[in-house]
Amino acid sequence: MAYAAGVDVGSTQTKAIILNEHREIVSRALIDTGANVVLAAENAYVEALKNGNIREEEVEYVVGTGYGRYKVTFGDTQITEISCHGRGSVHMFPGTRTVVDMGGQDTKAIRVNPTGEIVDFCMNDKCAAGTGRFLGAAAAALEIPLGELGPTALRAEKAVKISTTCTVFAESEVVSWLGKGKKIEDILLGVHQSIVSRSLGLMRRVGIEPEVTFTGGVTLNAGIVKVLNDALGFPVNVSEESHYMGAVGAALFAMDRIMNSRVPAA
Amino acid sequence: MNDGQSAETIVGRGAKEGAALFREWFQTLTEAPARGEKAAYVFVMGSMAEVLRAFDFHTVFPEINSLQTAVRRVAHEYLNDAEDYGYSPDICGYVKADFAVQLRGGDHPMGRIPPPALAVYTNACNTYIKWAEIWERMYHVPIFTLDVPGTRAAGEQTWPGHPDFENDKRYVGAQIKELIALCEEVSGRKFDVDRLREVMGHANAMIRAWKRLLELNRSTPAVFNALTDGTVYLGMSNGFRGTPEGAAYFNRVVEEMEYKTAHGLGTLTEEKYRLIFVGVPCYPIFRRFNEMFAEWGGAFVSSTYLWFASGGTNYGWEYDLSRPLDSLAEGVLISVRHAMDSMFFQDRALIDMVGPYQVDGVVFHPIKSCRTTSTGQADTRRAVMAAADVGSLFIESDMMDKRVVSEAQLKNRIDAFFEGLATRKQLAGGG
Repeated sequence: MAYAAGVDVGSTQTKAIILNEHREIVSRALIDTGANVVLAAENAYVEALKNGNIREEEVEYVVGTGYGRYKVTFGDTQITEISCHGRGSVHMFPGTRTVVDMGGQDTKAIRVNPTGEIVDFCMNDKCAAGTGRFLGAAAAALEIPLGELGPTALRAEKAVKISTTCTVFAESEVVSWLGKGKKIEDILLGVHQSIVSRSLGLMRRVGIEPEVTFTGGVTLNAGIVKVLNDALGFPVNVSEESHYMGAVGAALFAMDRIMNSRVPAA
Repeated sequence: MNDGQSAETIVGRGAKEGAALFREWFQTLTEAPARGEKAAYVFVMGSMAEVLRAFDFHTVFPEINSLQTAVRRVAHEYLNDAEDYGYSPDICGYVKADFAVQLRGGDHPMGRIPPPALAVYTNACNTYIKWAEIWERMYHVPIFTLDVPGTRAAGEQTWPGHPDFENDKRYVGAQIKELIALCEEVSGRKFDVDRLREVMGHANAMIRAWKRLLELNRSTPAVFNALTDGTVYLGMSNGFRGTPEGAAYFNRVVEEMEYKTAHGLGTLTEEKYRLIFVGVPCYPIFRRFNEMFAEWGGAFVSSTYLWFASGGTNYGWEYDLSRPLDSLAEGVLISVRHAMDSMFFQDRALIDMVGPYQVDGVVFHPIKSCRTTSTGQADTRRAVMAAADVGSLFIESDMMDKRVVSEAQLKNRIDAFFEGLATRKQLAGGG
């Protein structure tokens, strides 16, 4: 049994996925990227090997992806996370035609065809508005753990309109709304709506075609999923693997390389 | 055509000779005030070099001066000077760099830019007007607006003989006569129509060569890089328009490219993808910007930049020297209108280029500094993608300001674009 691995070195977290020849996920790992990107890639990969009880020599091909893809020094090649999120999404949800990926500092909208080919993509420009970092800034301002943001927002009665698109200024806007006596829940729902609004803008630029698959670390936030579903008017595809979708796609490309390299039996 | 020439003597000479002539040009500008010679500040879209050269004005292109500061990696110093003075970070970087050059008494990495005796600009770029007003206030010199009627609606252009065109031509022609009167006043010289005819003859030779040059890049592999080589050619075509040196230069470049075409010598050793570039290049990291495409085997075969920044020369409209003033009005109207079309009605032309240039992808590059060339690119992209089976990339940076150029983000998008092109080729059976 040959294995293929994908290592997605993101700005905030590093993910590793190992697939078997049936393209089933047999192991995964998730660690914070931190300052040492090379080490983060190695640690995530080693942890995935350990979690799956797989020896390194059993993994025939490794694809690095994410911003730190060139730091996956043990990788055989690098592929952008744009291609990997598209590929992973179509594999996990074959009806996918649009992917929206929200990560630590990037939000991207990707349109794919049935084979997983990228038809078009669009990303946030040179600021972190509408990304996970925007949520992080709000969590810091409100002194709420990241994991509590979604559930808290879902208890809101009336969203406060967050008008700024700048992540840094959002923090001060949140504080100013607190000063005006607005409830934390209502402010947070406004923050969630603001992020979703930005991502919808990106999605419209590539064209929103159902099914929409939601990927990246922000998929863990139930509030964003709910606001996104409401805004689209239909539910997005989201699963346990959504956070790992870049690494899943990378591992799928790695398995392609293994299969393509094999000489067919006579 | 190129018998007796060898690759060693002919390949690369366009770049080499262009660089040498460029240095000479700036040297001449530096020495002009000491010789008592006057300079006219002009722009790439409708420079009116034909008229100005007939009065022996030196033409100064502040756009070219500004981009040179970026290519030479000192743009930030000039931008900072202008912003310290009070200019907003959000306005055109070319304006700010030029303003800083003026603040520094013309000090520029290529030499010393002489002050203007007059400035001439068209309505092709809305910033031109406010830019020229800065010089008017700084130097108390006359500035001249040439208002050129543009295309009113896509696909509805008029041509010589049509009443609307003839009216527009009369409108432009009357303004040219006013410009000539102004030039007489500033230069203290009488207008000489034979001198104008001579300059227009040199311009004709360059126009013919420019059109031929662009067509030669339809060959596979592409013989020049429309982005990097193209910028050298643009500098030359503007700076030497209407001169025998400019005409001779482009004839020699055409000769070089014909040689390369005949011998299958491409601008890349392994051309995999043929690309069109839309917009203004990213000069703060110019070499690296191009490398990010070249590393994937992406060759820029053409660009809208070669179109609008040549003032519509690519259209190939040549003057009729038997009626110079009338023909000049006709040529300015058609060429400047064509330059404006490259920004406001570019979709049809891009779509039409896909076949002849065997284009795999179109790279759209809106920039922070210039909304004139950037606005509408997202719409154009949609139109091109709907009409032609090509990949497209939309990346944003700037032509001057490295503070808004993120190489890592650019590379990520460029890599993804090529991954998509590779998949397309694979699915199409292209390997």
